[in-house]
Amino acid sequence: MNEDVVIEVRDLKKVFGENVVINGISLTVKKGETVVLIGPSGCGKSTLLRCLNGLEPIQGGSVLLHGEPVEYGKRSLYRIRQKIGMVFQDYGLFPHMTVLDNIMLAPVKVQKRSKQEVTEEAMSLLERVGLGDKAKSYPSQLSGGQQQRAAIVRSLIVHPDIMLLDEITAALDPEMVHEVLNVVLDLAKNGSTMIIVTHEMAFAEAAADRVILMDGGIIVEENPPEKFFRDPDTERARKFLSTFSYSR
Amino acid sequence: MDWLFIKEYYPLYIRSAVLTITIGVLGIVLSVIVGMICALCRYYKIPLLNGIAAAYTELSRNTPLIVQLFFLFFGLPKVGIVLSPEACGTIGLAFLGGGYMSESFLSGLGSVRKIHLEAAASLGLNGAQTMKSVILPQAASVSTPAVCANVIFLLKETSVFSAVSLADLMYTAKDLIGMYYNTTEALTMLVIAYLIMILPISIVFTLLERRLRHERV
Repeated sequence: MNEDVVIEVRDLKKVFGENVVINGISLTVKKGETVVLIGPSGCGKSTLLRCLNGLEPIQGGSVLLHGEPVEYGKRSLYRIRQKIGMVFQDYGLFPHMTVLDNIMLAPVKVQKRSKQEVTEEAMSLLERVGLGDKAKSYPSQLSGGQQQRAAIVRSLIVHPDIMLLDEITAALDPEMVHEVLNVVLDLAKNGSTMIIVTHEMAFAEAAADRVILMDGGIIVEENPPEKFFRDPDTERARKFLSTFSYSR
Repeated sequence: MDWLFIKEYYPLYIRSAVLTITIGVLGIVLSVIVGMICALCRYYKIPLLNGIAAAYTELSRNTPLIVQLFFLFFGLPKVGIVLSPEACGTIGLAFLGGGYMSESFLSGLGSVRKIHLEAAASLGLNGAQTMKSVILPQAASVSTPAVCANVIFLLKETSVFSAVSLADLMYTAKDLIGMYYNTTEALTMLVIAYLIMILPISIVFTLLERRLRHERV
């Protein structure tokens, strides 16, 4: 198998009751690649991400991380998840811990790395995202954008092979969207492997190596951003993109 | 007010207060343990134990302590289990309190938001690590006010111990009234004894809750 492949999804199916949310999706993400998932609300983008690190049981197909199956409810999941960083729309910082403690929890408790080494790395990452002075703050003392940047650091510090970003700016004010996406763009440029679900088209165009449009639980179009945003292959993509522009 | 009577008999109250406190504390500690175990069984929905814990919680919360005590004291000997009044009091209080504590702990555990559980999972924390670092600290601050209220409630419930011939505060007061008919003095001392026992605890709990509230914001 190709060593460059980080995550491979084969014919994934996800059903909630009668509702088929993902209806046979296959996808491969290579090391260093940034894949942006877009599509209308309810098209299964977020669910797809959640299936990728075993937060949801799947009803068919498989997800492989470096060839190893990611299986919901299995013990191996604890180990595999350390290789998959996930950032959520609602940040999910633990409210009873300082920013620094939030960030240090997994590397110290789960990966058993030395406190000193982790502290140094945490501080340098916080500096990098512009939160050097917020290490001792509690999440409730930060703005949404600051919390989300801290959450990104919390995922980065476990050195995941791939980062999953689930509409991480959907709950933010426009100005904060910018500060958070700049951090992500920086990661993309520096060769992080990422799958990003977003509604920010300008960002998608700037960050993506590949854009995937999902609708109705399937992949409708998959193209490099230059192609996708200028001259999409499908009528569905054209229609979707037209909803982001206004003319009178 | 017959001050001589009060002077003569207040040591009796102190002695019986010690008994009340001993059994009260023991019963409450046990009820915290029982309640925690039941709450965890229900939180993790452990098969069978979940159902047993839920049924027990309903049984203990929806029957009066005095009925539970009568069952232990007068009922069990019929099947060959004879318990001392002290054991009956302790077990009865633990049985009643366990149900209330279980509810309080469970509501604390349930208050932890799903996103925090998913964040912990996606960081690779296992069940025990998630419980210790993420769930319990948050649950504790939510549960504390209810647990404190339970403690005070249970201390007050000890006043029915006299029904199984435990020489607690209530028993002493009733005894003195029966013997000397100094109702006013005996009951005044009873009220004061309970106040001295419970008021300080109440104040400490109020301060504790206020602190927790500030920490959460």
